[in-house]
Amino acid sequence: MHSSIQIQSEPLDPWSIQRELVSGQTGSGALVSFVGLMRDFNQGDAVLGMELEHYPGMTEKALERILEEAGRRWRLDGVRVVHRIGALHPGDPIVLVCVTSAHRGEAFAACEFVIDYLKTRAPFWKKELTPAGERWVEARESDARAERRWGSGSTEDEGLPATRRAGAEKGL
Amino acid sequence: MIRLLYFASLRDRLGLATEEVAPDIDQLDVAKLRSWLSQRGGTWAEVFGTARGVLAAVNQELAGPGTQVRDGDEVGFFPPVTGG
Repeated sequence: MHSSIQIQSEPLDPWSIQRELVSGQTGSGALVSFVGLMRDFNQGDAVLGMELEHYPGMTEKALERILEEAGRRWRLDGVRVVHRIGALHPGDPIVLVCVTSAHRGEAFAACEFVIDYLKTRAPFWKKELTPAGERWVEARESDARAERRWGSGSTEDEGLPATRRAGAEKGL
Repeated sequence: MIRLLYFASLRDRLGLATEEVAPDIDQLDVAKLRSWLSQRGGTWAEVFGTARGVLAAVNQELAGPGTQVRDGDEVGFFPPVTGG
């Protein structure tokens, strides 16, 4: 499985990234992608813009761990995650997760797994600009529930950094 | 020295993004560090005095209350994440 992670402040083009992922990969029968878009409303308020912050270094490690776990659970050909940081406007892609596999079942499952885990484990924070001013977005219980559906994995064990780090050093 | 990093709403509330500290505590772990920080009082006590709403990472790995913290480590504190 080849995988890559990218955090960028530049706009994200989901189409060119997907083309790149499948280029030359004629053994893959399935490409499944998820694109998260910036909504212009949240909790009943208009949202004019957004600022995305992250924890440089930890973000990449957390994402690597999630992709490794996906690679253990399903037979995948490739996984790519690209996440925006900085200033965003309504309609902008925030995140792209794309997965290739020989068959669609594994690609669908792995793609959903990666975005569910990213939502609760990767250190990103959103600040919304509403007509009333700025506010930090609060974490949702529905995201925690979505993660729990997948059951415990080896990345689940908080407080066991040594074992988790051993996996990370293998690289991707 | 231990390098502390604060992110997002936590950084805004504390008015601080990073600092270096050297608590004189045996067998320092995340729980002891939080309790040490809460003794600063005011907003620090509000943020670190309760277990809810603040996550910790030691050397950029999510950490539990019992995760050890050693000299030279980096400890990040932040609210629940909201990416994706």
